[in-house]
Amino acid sequence: MIINHPLVGPRDAAEFTYLGDASLIDRPDWKNKNAPDVFHDYLYLRDNPAGLHRELWYHEQGDRSWLVVTRDTTTHEISKVELARDVAIARKRGK
Amino acid sequence: MRYSAWKVFWEGLTGNKGWTPQWREPEPKPEYDVIIVGGGGHGLATAYYLAKEHGITNVAVVEKGWIGGGNVGRNTTIVRSNYMLPGNEPFYELSMKLWENLEQDFNYNAMISQRGILNLSHSDPQHDAYARRGNAMQLVDAGAVLLGKEEVRKMCPFLDFDNARFPIRGGIWQPRGGTVRHDAVAWGYARGADSRGVDILQNCEVNGFILENGVCKGVETSRGTIRAKKVAVAVAGNSGKVMAKADMRLPIESHVLQAFVSEGLKPLIPGVITFGAGHFYVSQSDKGGLVFGGDIDGYNTYAQRGNLPVVEDVCEGGMALIPMIGRARLLRAWGGIMDMSMDGSPFITKTHIDGLHFNGGWCYGGFKATPASGFCYAHLLARGEPHEVATEYRLDRFRRGAMIDEKGQGAQPNLH
Ligand SMILES: Cc1cc2nc3c(=O)[nH]c(=O)nc-3n(C[C@H](O)[C@H](O)[C@H](O)COP(=O)(O)OP(=O)(O)OC[C@H]3O[C@@H](n4cnc5c(N)ncnc54)[C@H](O)[C@@H]3O)c2cc1C
Repeated sequence: MIINHPLVGPRDAAEFTYLGDASLIDRPDWKNKNAPDVFHDYLYLRDNPAGLHRELWYHEQGDRSWLVVTRDTTTHEISKVELARDVAIARKRGK
Repeated sequence: MRYSAWKVFWEGLTGNKGWTPQWREPEPKPEYDVIIVGGGGHGLATAYYLAKEHGITNVAVVEKGWIGGGNVGRNTTIVRSNYMLPGNEPFYELSMKLWENLEQDFNYNAMISQRGILNLSHSDPQHDAYARRGNAMQLVDAGAVLLGKEEVRKMCPFLDFDNARFPIRGGIWQPRGGTVRHDAVAWGYARGADSRGVDILQNCEVNGFILENGVCKGVETSRGTIRAKKVAVAVAGNSGKVMAKADMRLPIESHVLQAFVSEGLKPLIPGVITFGAGHFYVSQSDKGGLVFGGDIDGYNTYAQRGNLPVVEDVCEGGMALIPMIGRARLLRAWGGIMDMSMDGSPFITKTHIDGLHFNGGWCYGGFKATPASGFCYAHLLARGEPHEVATEYRLDRFRRGAMIDEKGQGAQPNLH
């Protein structure tokens, strides 16, 4: 698989490590009243879809940025690559 | 269909025209006592033990393709019971005991070959960890032998003992481990279940569940609605997709694992050997092919094929351990979809929906579990409570902080 990195262009997926579903960006608030439940779901449960999947990849053997890659889990086709930072800011999860 | 030496002889003389199918191709009935979703090893074993151990025969196994076309026919056939944690080891040891008697039990040649599994260690700490695991195995009489370097050399003189980076320190050997003919396991269980009255419905995909007032009353399939008192899902790599039809999210991700077979060679590899420093394992089939594999590809996928970086990684592992393997040519490679769980351990459990049961999370190691998984799932379905060796395989173990994490990797399925 080739990941078209927004900053450094097309790179072999073997340069990256994979973390998982991009919903991991949406870490819940620990002050939440039912924090144990919300954290359980956040940490352990996954949609695991057959089809489009937004997921976190880390360019470990490269520029060390985190990316959100939109990929089809039935064909491995990658349709979108974003900097995780931009996604996090848009979701008000970072600055 | 029953087999005997006489039958083989007779058919040989009469043109082999008298063989009949090993199981029926029935039409779905409107209702069953139990519907098992998924005709892999686990689903078929469950049906077999439901009929044989509990006398429950009004059962259907519903399979979207053909039985044995999933992971049960794609794995590298290794069976062993060399786990460490109390939630796991008694279960896998029960499985090993069932394997040891399986051919007599279902009267089918599954080519069960207990020629031993050797896990190599490459450092003192790793060797100590294996000693500890061996002790845990001895607690359930699984049998484990800690071997020093010279003992390993006697067994496998062809290993790269003085590898500059990962010299071999020793290993742990489970003499009862080995391999089993995977397709025959599916066929043997299917034939045994069918002959006791179980309907095996192939080319029948489950597209949804009938849920009435929070109770599961059957399934919607590509061959129509089939009602049931109990529904038991065992779809391995498709767990996420299927349970989503009941609006359930699981502690599971689907990943691809690849396997490789070389051209046929003379007898070479005595049992199963695993590299302790990289991810590589190998055995030799009766036809002579080296059967080997390594890591999962590492990203979510439902495509039953892997990518080249892992092919390279597996072959590098092979070269580091057995340099002569470089002379063998690769014949075939394929992939299967693994239900990788958050702690690397499986589930055999009820769900929050009455009547709906779930079996999954087998990761890359569910073939060895096939007999015990079917045995314990049948127990759960028939008695309504878990079998004593499968009490820890519940979906709520993460909420309770009772994970069974053999590798100690945490909630990162691609590292288990
Ligand atoms: C390459 C590879 C190597 C492996 N090596 C080993 C090994 O050496 N030792 C070991 O112990 N384990 C190994 N495993 C793991 C083992 O094969 C699996 O954990 C185990 O087979 C899973 O259980 P199963 O046999 O029931 O799965 P499967 O055979 O996959 O059965 C699930 C069935 O469900 C069906 N299904 C899915 N969705 C639906 C639906 N909607 N409706 C109806 N049916 C459906 C599928 O078609 C499939 O037939 C390996 C796996 C792979 C892929």
